[in-house]
Amino acid sequence: MNFVPNTEKEKKQMLSFLNINSLEELFTDVNEEIRLKGPLKLPKPLSEMEIVKHMRMIGSENSDIQKYSCFLGAGAYHHFIPSVVDHLVMRGEFLTSYTPYQAELSQGTLQSIFEFQSMICELTKMDVANASMYDGASAMAEAAIMAAKYTERKKILVSRAIHPEYRQVLRTYANTFGLEIIEIGIDSGLTDLGDMESKVKESVACVLVQSPNFFGYIENLTDCVNIAHQNGSLFISGVLEPISLGILKPPGDFKADIVVGEAQAFGNPLNYGGPHLGFMATKEEFLKKLPGRISGMTVDTNGDRGFILTLQTREQHIRRERATSNICTNQALNALAATIYLALVGKRGLRKLAEICVQRAEYACGKIAKLEVYELISKAPFFNEFTIQCSESPKKINELLLKKKIIGGLDLRMFYQELENCMLFCITEMNSKEDIDMLVKALDEVMN
Amino acid sequence: MIFEKSVQGRIGVSLPELEVPKSELKIPENYLRQELNLPELSEVDVVRHYTELSEINFGVDSGFYPLGSCTMKYNPKVNENIASLPGFRDLHPYQPEELSQGALRLMYELSSDLCEITGMDAFSLQPAAGAHGELTGLMIAKAYFKDKREKRKNILIPDSAHGTNPASSVGCGFDTIKIETDKTGNVDIKALKAACDENTAVLMITNPNTLGIFERNIVDICNTVHSHGALIYLDGANMNAMLGIVKPSEMGVDMMHLNLHKTFSTPHGGGGPGGGPLGVRDFLKDYLPIPDIEKEEDRYYLSYNRSKSIGRVKPFYGNFGVMVKAYSYIRMLGAKGLKDVSENAVLNANYLMNKLKDDYLLPYDVVCKHEFVISGEKQTKHGVRTMDIAKRLMDYGFHPPTIYFPLIVKEAMMIEPTETESKETLDAFAEAMHKIAEEAKSNPDKVKNAPHVTVTKRLDGVLASRKPIVKYNKED
Repeated sequence: MNFVPNTEKEKKQMLSFLNINSLEELFTDVNEEIRLKGPLKLPKPLSEMEIVKHMRMIGSENSDIQKYSCFLGAGAYHHFIPSVVDHLVMRGEFLTSYTPYQAELSQGTLQSIFEFQSMICELTKMDVANASMYDGASAMAEAAIMAAKYTERKKILVSRAIHPEYRQVLRTYANTFGLEIIEIGIDSGLTDLGDMESKVKESVACVLVQSPNFFGYIENLTDCVNIAHQNGSLFISGVLEPISLGILKPPGDFKADIVVGEAQAFGNPLNYGGPHLGFMATKEEFLKKLPGRISGMTVDTNGDRGFILTLQTREQHIRRERATSNICTNQALNALAATIYLALVGKRGLRKLAEICVQRAEYACGKIAKLEVYELISKAPFFNEFTIQCSESPKKINELLLKKKIIGGLDLRMFYQELENCMLFCITEMNSKEDIDMLVKALDEVMN
Repeated sequence: MIFEKSVQGRIGVSLPELEVPKSELKIPENYLRQELNLPELSEVDVVRHYTELSEINFGVDSGFYPLGSCTMKYNPKVNENIASLPGFRDLHPYQPEELSQGALRLMYELSSDLCEITGMDAFSLQPAAGAHGELTGLMIAKAYFKDKREKRKNILIPDSAHGTNPASSVGCGFDTIKIETDKTGNVDIKALKAACDENTAVLMITNPNTLGIFERNIVDICNTVHSHGALIYLDGANMNAMLGIVKPSEMGVDMMHLNLHKTFSTPHGGGGPGGGPLGVRDFLKDYLPIPDIEKEEDRYYLSYNRSKSIGRVKPFYGNFGVMVKAYSYIRMLGAKGLKDVSENAVLNANYLMNKLKDDYLLPYDVVCKHEFVISGEKQTKHGVRTMDIAKRLMDYGFHPPTIYFPLIVKEAMMIEPTETESKETLDAFAEAMHKIAEEAKSNPDKVKNAPHVTVTKRLDGVLASRKPIVKYNKED
């Protein structure tokens, strides 16, 4: 199968139109010395039937989490995806189009991006948002770069309670872009505000905090913003689990300057970590500093409403060396899924869903903390994740849980050397009361 | 607009019961949200709204989409089914490795397939898109020269390059030096030799270049750059012309990215998600992002052992869902199928180029690879510009080509038909282009006022930039 529609006869007609005898003659410009002499060494081609069989076989070497009761979150959230989402994003007109350079043929994509931007602004209570970014981590890195350019400062203050892999990505970008990363310590599961205050100097471009943070706890954003603004640093607020925005006060209300986050939880599957999608929102005055695509409303020659990629002079394909970012592709289809999801759940649904998550998490946490050998690391309020300290190694506990078809919490030792025997649990609407009760029972049993 | 269809009290989902006893929230009142103005719609409202939006969008499934350098080929439907299997899409990135052996295997095998196709020695699948791969490559170049204690500031970029190349370079703190294209559409080798010195870090080259021409002096170019101790980065966006024909390693390439959403047929999704894996030669392998996937006997695992790694460029492991489709595509086609792809992509491009050259100026009349560039310059004397021709093509049912790029051709139209288009489609497109050339002479206003049949007439981009409205507001 090669998906080439032309028949041998048609190919011959085309060759004869070109006055040549063979396909080979079209490649005489490729130096003979570097031409591939034999065929590529790849497994033999498969028919559609065979590829389906082959891929099912590889898929079955994995255990999807439907087969387990799973309590993992940590930046990738297992929420229910309404059937409508898949059906709509699979429509070929959306799926097989590209960046909407030609607005008149891309009104569907452009309007859906505009709706996405509007919903992100509403959720975060910010003025403007872009069309999406690769993921929450690159959105955070791009925001730090944007803040550094705006303030003309090089130091980036980062809470250690931010997702460790986001901080790793940030560090990679910072090394390249000549920025200095300074970390703020953690105190009982929260960003250490005293440490933050001592480190916010006039040379600091921005302060980055995620809330709820990686351990699940809700940060004191009022104090964070005040401390950051003391010396004219920007405050960048991160969102890891966006369902939390259904119930928590939005970062814009705390006067954050830039809000970045991950929106996978809105209608996008886990996909073993990608594709997910990042978002970035900011204040009106920073609009022209925003990286990435932006869809704007305008009119056509008849005066009718339409949408178009706007402020393109920020972008690489026009501005080249002077672009705000090198970003070309965003995550349009994932953003479409998020938009459709948010339209479905709407105002009441998102709030209700957030309530289910927070109430069930509260229930699970209460039950686990009552068990003899498990303790909460913090008394701080949380949304749907919380961190528990155990008297055994999480590795051992998880191995025992796995035998009972439970995927337990994340072993935090993987990222924090100092957090020995700590596990991060996540509860969503996918974890029923029955699942939670089974987890609690199993946690009790494995310690006895 | 979705917000305008909102009716208070509607909802499009059914949620489960709380199930647990309701307790008083521990979250303090001043941390709770007061209002949330998302729209309220029923399920059927949402389905109709987005179906309507899809109907005013154009994809490869709708028709011919010859957007140059974007490789808008047909995306096999079977790959969508495959990527939706629970064994691929319902995997948590932190679930235990023993439950993820299939996923790790797939990534491992995809990397080795990409190595075989390009001649690179190792691939990182982390980069999310071509521009991301490019950035990762330049980060590696920077780290590599830092280790060698060499202060090299310059990146050489031909003037025909994609805009992402200079943007990525400057982002990484390099200076860019533009290398001119000569009269034959190739990199001006004299200019290159003159620009290349001990300050040169990298040459970023696209081959076939954006004129669709295979760089005649590619070996000499690479040798020159290497003789100064600099690296060759290949922008692999145009790999669709070279599958099974030539491996970039043979040209002398040290690093390159591939665009899974171009060459390997994963759908473009309206602008992502994509995949931009980065391949390197052995001597740069240790610099690749972590983690990578290794194999010991029959077991696959994530490895964090790369001593000089630049670090992580993406959380988790990259756009896995995109990798599944690319892997499946490669396995369906095999060696012969991939070579067929390039041969037919090149045949289609040459056929169409020669069909169009009577009506339009063809600035470089030589054999092309998978794409070519014509110019609307002949039509400007009638007051018709390339933009107008592009818009008029919409009335004939075609997506326009890439326009005004590459910058070195005036009134450029960059056309990439891909291998998945039939002769009839190419003939129909050529016929439409012929009619437009006639209209430009006989009825230029018809062309200048195009499009006529699309859902909106020509949109005012100036207004959109001057008075940006980027979110819904009842009054707008």
